[in-house]
Amino acid sequence: MSPRTRAWLVAVGGSGLAALLVAACFGLPEFGGDSHPYGDRAVEASLAHRTANTIASVNFDQRAFDTLGELTILFAAVLGCVVLLRQTRDEHRARPRPAEVDPPVRRYALLVLPVALLTGLYVVAHGQLSPGGGFQGGVVAATALHLLYLGADYRALERVRPVGLYEVGDAVAVSAYLVTGVAALLGGAAFLANTLLPHGTFNTLSSGGTVPLLNAAVGMEVACAVVVLLARFLDQAVEIEEESGT
Amino acid sequence: MDHILIAVALVLVAAGATVAVATRDPARQSLVLAVLGVLLAVLFTVLQAPDVALSQLAVGSALTPLLLLLTVRKVRRRGQREGDDE
Repeated sequence: MSPRTRAWLVAVGGSGLAALLVAACFGLPEFGGDSHPYGDRAVEASLAHRTANTIASVNFDQRAFDTLGELTILFAAVLGCVVLLRQTRDEHRARPRPAEVDPPVRRYALLVLPVALLTGLYVVAHGQLSPGGGFQGGVVAATALHLLYLGADYRALERVRPVGLYEVGDAVAVSAYLVTGVAALLGGAAFLANTLLPHGTFNTLSSGGTVPLLNAAVGMEVACAVVVLLARFLDQAVEIEEESGT
Repeated sequence: MDHILIAVALVLVAAGATVAVATRDPARQSLVLAVLGVLLAVLFTVLQAPDVALSQLAVGSALTPLLLLLTVRKVRRRGQREGDDE
């Protein structure tokens, strides 16, 4: 195919797609309208299980199986990164030198670290009540740990972060999600159905049945996954060097 | 009032995204990306999607730029070493 024909083909296909998209946009409900058929049903189902945050109810109750898929994607992606970024035979580790940190940076990082960590855990624990949940809180908590790299140095971070433990934690959290699903199955309901625990009192920490449990599992999985991922990237960026003269 | 807020947020996101595409240096680009992450979080909040805004804030403006910066550092170090060998 000559470049000219190819350009024509792209132009025809592109304009066709654009025309279809514009036509579809005219068929959409009006922006900011009052009619939300899916939203109304989701809110109703969420209130029936006494979950205050409908998004959490959609993620961990009504569509908990979807979330299992997302969890597996993250797990597989981190596994792939760990395999790709491992230390190969022609590389060696160079211990990074202790770094000097400006006092204001150190003070700020060490002050913000506990606050950020607590915020992350709070967001995980209150996923069923307020915006947020396992995914958001997990990322916040995991990145908060890395303020230690800014405030002190790489060796201080390595001391509080045994990567092996976090790898185990990642796998345990995914298993916990699966086990909660299977437990519902054993209890005589569908896989991951929210029938295992009492639904509790609306708008309290223990409401929502299995939603807080699944939320915690996802929080642990995401936090461990992010720590492991960043550890591999940091290893490559700071420690691992290629052998010279090969 | 709502519409004005949404329009302002949309324009800011479009401007941020354009700057991110136009920046050529990867290290600077990751910083622009972090700012774009915050702008997107504002847009999602204005559109009443605080859950997505939180994800965006954590991943888009902290994690992704950090991973990009670490990758840039690794690539630069390799370049320096090759420069030393010659």
